[in-house]
Amino acid sequence: MRILINGLILFFILILTYLTSVFSKELIEEFPVPPPPFSEGIYPCSNCHASMDLNPKKRVLKDEHTNIQLHHAETLRWCLDCHYSKNRDKLRLYNGELIDFGRSYLLCGECHGNVFRDWKAGIHGKRQGYFIGGKRTYLLCVHCHDAHSPKFKGIKPEPPPLPPKVKRDVR
Amino acid sequence: MTKEEKEALIARLEERYLKKYKKKFRVGIEEAIQNTLWGYGLDLSRCIGCRRCVYACVEENNCSREKPQSQWIRVIRLKKGSLINLEDSEHYYNPELVPEKEFLYIPVQCQQCENPPCVRVCPVHATWKEPDGLVVVDYNWCIGCRYCIAACPYRGRIFNWGEPNVPPEHWNTSVHYLGNRPRMRNVVDKCTFCIQRVRMGRYPACVEVCPTGSRKFGNLLDPNSEIRYVIQNKRTFRLKEDLNTEPKFYYFFEA
Repeated sequence: MRILINGLILFFILILTYLTSVFSKELIEEFPVPPPPFSEGIYPCSNCHASMDLNPKKRVLKDEHTNIQLHHAETLRWCLDCHYSKNRDKLRLYNGELIDFGRSYLLCGECHGNVFRDWKAGIHGKRQGYFIGGKRTYLLCVHCHDAHSPKFKGIKPEPPPLPPKVKRDVR
Repeated sequence: MTKEEKEALIARLEERYLKKYKKKFRVGIEEAIQNTLWGYGLDLSRCIGCRRCVYACVEENNCSREKPQSQWIRVIRLKKGSLINLEDSEHYYNPELVPEKEFLYIPVQCQQCENPPCVRVCPVHATWKEPDGLVVVDYNWCIGCRYCIAACPYRGRIFNWGEPNVPPEHWNTSVHYLGNRPRMRNVVDKCTFCIQRVRMGRYPACVEVCPTGSRKFGNLLDPNSEIRYVIQNKRTFRLKEDLNTEPKFYYFFEA
């Protein structure tokens, strides 16, 4: 009888370990991405910001970051909604979790859930390299979209095909 | 053909190309990978009609640049709201910037039909469907009668009116016998989903170059592939489905 009980306990422990390993794998799922496309010399942000006073007021930036035009739900949002005020080298999720810039897809995915789902499946975004015998290549959202103004801008198309020759003396 | 015969043929071709184009070509004869059926997906809500794919294809597949110009992909432009009126489309559009507000762009290339009408009409069996679903042409067998061009409802096949006119430094020397090897005058060629790439496990050139990531590619027999995800989760359609050609080229919309 004791052997049976011990066996049962062991069985449950095994099932529990399996389940936790499956769930934790899902939680810490990582995507291989190249490093984020920072402008030169801008990172780490704390180089400048660590010694600066915090000014949480929404305003037009006149001294620094003047090239950033916020066109991304700008009426609702300000820098510190995504950038963590106490450590500028990190981004902040809604739940308060701090993430590196290399995992910024988690931040984008908070609003753009359906796009995030497609991105994880490898559908949203550009595909390159090998699809057999290699890992899927992912790009961060910010490799293609400007995080502060994500809408794609128009580009010049390549030249059209040449029209067929028209023979003038055909009757 | 036996293995030895094939190797002799490839050696002969490579020597001929070396003499003619002064380049060392690698002519591949990789066979279809087992359990593959290639399928293509194209997101029409993201395509901006920039023609980057057209020129990447020309570069990869050694297409003649001009006189005669040969392009395997045509991007057609349609007014939004008239998607089914393909007769009203045009492919000579050339605005300052794309995308334009009132238009939709549909890149069209060979649709690699499961039931290809072009294969059925060939009088000399110079074109056929491979086990991985790619419709290919043996340029050495093609007699240039152009029946297949007349039979294709997608204008997916191109006739080579002359020798390929490619700048010497632009030859892609990694070629496949059934794909992008230099074509001769008076034969028909077409998109092969970059057979020289996909049989090595690489994405086609047009997929890699697309700046908006509209182009998707994968194995239709693999339930975890990207193309299967597209078919299962998006609103897809195929061009001229009513013709029963069963294309393996799926256009889709975000939704």
